[in-house]
Amino acid sequence: MPPKTNTLGLTREDYKGSKSTLCPGCGHDSISNQIISMAYDLGLNQHNLIKLSGIGCSSKTPAYFMGRAHAFNAVHGRMPSVATGATLANRNLLAIGVSGDGDTGSIGMGQFKHLVRRNVPMVYIIENNGVYGLTKGQFSATADSGQELKYYGRNELPPIDLALEAIIGGCTFVARSFSGDAKQVQTLLKAAMSHHGTAVVDIISPCVTFNNHETSSKSYDYGKQNEVALHEIDFMPSGYVPEREEITVGEYAEGEMISVTMHDGSVIRLKKVGPDHDPRNRAQAFQLLERAQMEQLFVTGLLYYEEPRPTLAESLYLTQTPLAQLGEEHLRPSRQVLDDIMKDYM
Amino acid sequence: MGLMDIQASTQTKATANGQRIVNNFAITAATRNGTGSQTSNNVLVLSLFKMGIPVNGKNLFPSNIKGLPTWYTIRANKHGYTARPAQAEIAVALNTDTAAEDIQKLPPGGVVIIPQEWNWTKSREDIVYYEIPVDPLVKEAGINPDLRERVANMVYVGAVAQLFDISLDIIWQALLQNFNGKEKPAKINFDMAKRAYEWTAQNIVKRDPYHFEPMPDNNKGKIIITGNESAALGSLFGGVTVVAWYPITPATSLADGILEYQHIRKAADGNTVAITQAEDEISAIGAIVGAGWAGARAMTSTSGPGISLMAEFTGLAYFAEIPCVIWDVTRIGPSTGMPTRTSQGDILFIHFLSHGDTRQIVLLPSSVAECFEFGWRAFDISEQFQTPVFVASDLDLGMNNWMSEPFAYPDQPINRGKMLDKAKLEQFIADHGEWYRYRDYDGDGVGYRTVPGTDHPRAAYFTRGTSHSDKAIYSERSEDWVQNLSRIQRKINSARNLLPQPIVDQDPAKKIGILSFGSNDPAILEGRDMLAAAGIQTNYMRVRALPLADSVAEFVRTHERVYVLENNFDGQLAQIVRMEMSESTEHMASVPLGDGLPMTAQWVFEQVSKREGK
Repeated sequence: MPPKTNTLGLTREDYKGSKSTLCPGCGHDSISNQIISMAYDLGLNQHNLIKLSGIGCSSKTPAYFMGRAHAFNAVHGRMPSVATGATLANRNLLAIGVSGDGDTGSIGMGQFKHLVRRNVPMVYIIENNGVYGLTKGQFSATADSGQELKYYGRNELPPIDLALEAIIGGCTFVARSFSGDAKQVQTLLKAAMSHHGTAVVDIISPCVTFNNHETSSKSYDYGKQNEVALHEIDFMPSGYVPEREEITVGEYAEGEMISVTMHDGSVIRLKKVGPDHDPRNRAQAFQLLERAQMEQLFVTGLLYYEEPRPTLAESLYLTQTPLAQLGEEHLRPSRQVLDDIMKDYM
Repeated sequence: MGLMDIQASTQTKATANGQRIVNNFAITAATRNGTGSQTSNNVLVLSLFKMGIPVNGKNLFPSNIKGLPTWYTIRANKHGYTARPAQAEIAVALNTDTAAEDIQKLPPGGVVIIPQEWNWTKSREDIVYYEIPVDPLVKEAGINPDLRERVANMVYVGAVAQLFDISLDIIWQALLQNFNGKEKPAKINFDMAKRAYEWTAQNIVKRDPYHFEPMPDNNKGKIIITGNESAALGSLFGGVTVVAWYPITPATSLADGILEYQHIRKAADGNTVAITQAEDEISAIGAIVGAGWAGARAMTSTSGPGISLMAEFTGLAYFAEIPCVIWDVTRIGPSTGMPTRTSQGDILFIHFLSHGDTRQIVLLPSSVAECFEFGWRAFDISEQFQTPVFVASDLDLGMNNWMSEPFAYPDQPINRGKMLDKAKLEQFIADHGEWYRYRDYDGDGVGYRTVPGTDHPRAAYFTRGTSHSDKAIYSERSEDWVQNLSRIQRKINSARNLLPQPIVDQDPAKKIGILSFGSNDPAILEGRDMLAAAGIQTNYMRVRALPLADSVAEFVRTHERVYVLENNFDGQLAQIVRMEMSESTEHMASVPLGDGLPMTAQWVFEQVSKREGK
């Protein structure tokens, strides 16, 4: 039997990268797997896709998926600026950034906030484990207050909630998930890929070596026992032909089904399974995350969505042709133009 | 021209005998920052330029928006010397805080123009005082109080015009040019200048020897422009497509220039240049590295503190071989230093910028024409060698107005280097049976690159600052590391004799060589004339790029004595020359300046003649 293929005639194998060198059981590897599945399912063109990362365990992962896509492993915490430049150079590129909680929440906080503020079109994945893995187990800025680590004792400082930071920063697509919840991760990533602008997906991804113990809120056991999914999520890409009878809102009680039509015509459908939450309401999103922090609730799902603002390329009124592909006729004005300017200075 | 004639520009001794001093003196206007004196100064510079007189204006301004003292020196010189004068013969003293000092600095026979309402004590008998009722004239003019302060400075334009023979018609033309042809603001300023002009004509008896005289057609066809505007234009003609920058004096006007002129590159459906103000210089360099990687012609403009922040990314770009262009409009450091004072103090730092073994390419423009030329050429060089290219301009060159021949249109088509699009990649693989990003197929150390978006299943590669093999695969093998870095070293070394080569004025009979770079050029040209008049014959080499061309060592080798004149504290060019020469350089003296001010011919003359024992 020939292997299953997607709309481009490619197999799932074609979306894989090189072998992971992370610790066996690392949450990041399951996220890479979901990225592969997402890209395969959506039939993404790898030549038009860029993978970017900073420095850290999470930032190594772009090597482990989509080997036919261009990749850029940048400097620590500064991947957002590289993504900004690359997507300006070629507005047709699809960008996936992979970062960690140290890379985003500490050294890269400034760039992260400005990335979402500019609405650089990309999916920004945070593989969040509350700990610095590559430098052997220091606390990160997302570690819970009061948490203990073998070598560093007790963390006395409050955690930074990167999803909250994204919403405050003006991000129009913010989700949180758990690497142990493969289906949700994959669905959120698919929706994020359709978003017009920066889509931040903060995924709690346990570090099996340094932070998978019982006092950690970023361990597998904690996640499995405490994850509160807000919704059951369906994503229907633009042009999707439903194989089954379409679910209509009418079948559900008021407020139990939310349908979001995205910029490219894709639809996200959210069926309520957890606490009441309308992700289209910014104030509710703040309240939810505030409550989650106070009550140590591990809520996952689409936290916030709004009608996207113009992307950076749009707000700069760039030509539709990728800047990187402009020919000399667009890159160099004529001799006459120079002569005319010179006259202004005579 | 003899030494005496040259010295007349800095030493005045002609007052008593009625000698006329024509088109060979300088005026310094001392005002308060933020009072609009820039318009007045600009109008005077443009007026002299329009009269055909070689002119240069230098702004000595504080790091301040409003209130602190600022000086603007306008030098007119019929011989075409444009370096900063060691001394100005005429002071316009409009700032009470500095007036005593401004008057004190005047040479015997000098002139001061001062507000009459100050009732200033005329303590010097060897200078001429002209008192102008500045406030009363402004009040009489009935100008809207909001504009009064800004227009008040036009009083000295009118007085200067009357006293030293600039016609009102020329002032009007200059005002129009200053305001981009807008008649309304030009008129308000002109009326004020005219009022002062007429008052001066009726009330002041000229008692000094200084005169401007038109030099018809002398400046015909020439332009007057700042280095930063020139660099902005050069970049636009070089095909820049992404600009990311962060505001910093004295580089801001470069990015502003691109913004101002981006319309010349407009496509039917939008802009072909993305200009984005970053949140800091790290983000600015990150964006242009990302853009360069993705196939844009990307640049940033900054100054020393920004360069410091860019160190890490430029190492990545050097090692991952990503083209991008970084303008360093240098101001004096270390640290915040003197943010509004000029310097050439970054060349050593940028040449070796980033940790590890890096050697960055640096271009060293000396004039507005070279700012334009290197503006476009930097992109070609950067893509040719697949590496960051720095352009080290400075505050004096970047922010002051300089006369120039009109810029020459680029004489070469855009060179994107070894870039493989889909068809070329297909052909390359057909020819070589393979394509690997960092493999040296041509023996010049430069690999072939693809950019994202190339529709070919083998186009992609993994870019990283971590060690990699020539197949762009992560590698911790020492052999791969050494091979890769050796190739990059070979590549950069091969650039030496392909980058803009030194400009040399050399006569084998002369035994003394002067080595310099950048905006010192006018001071050195004039200084050499002064030296020659004093019997000291010199050759001159002006370096235009790092790493140094082979001819630099040759120049040092073939002279009995070499003086390296530069405007930094540590003698950085001299250090680079010493580093690169295996033989003795004992006959080479490092002569650094580094006081924050542009070099003067007088300084060049004194430094060299002193060392020559004369």
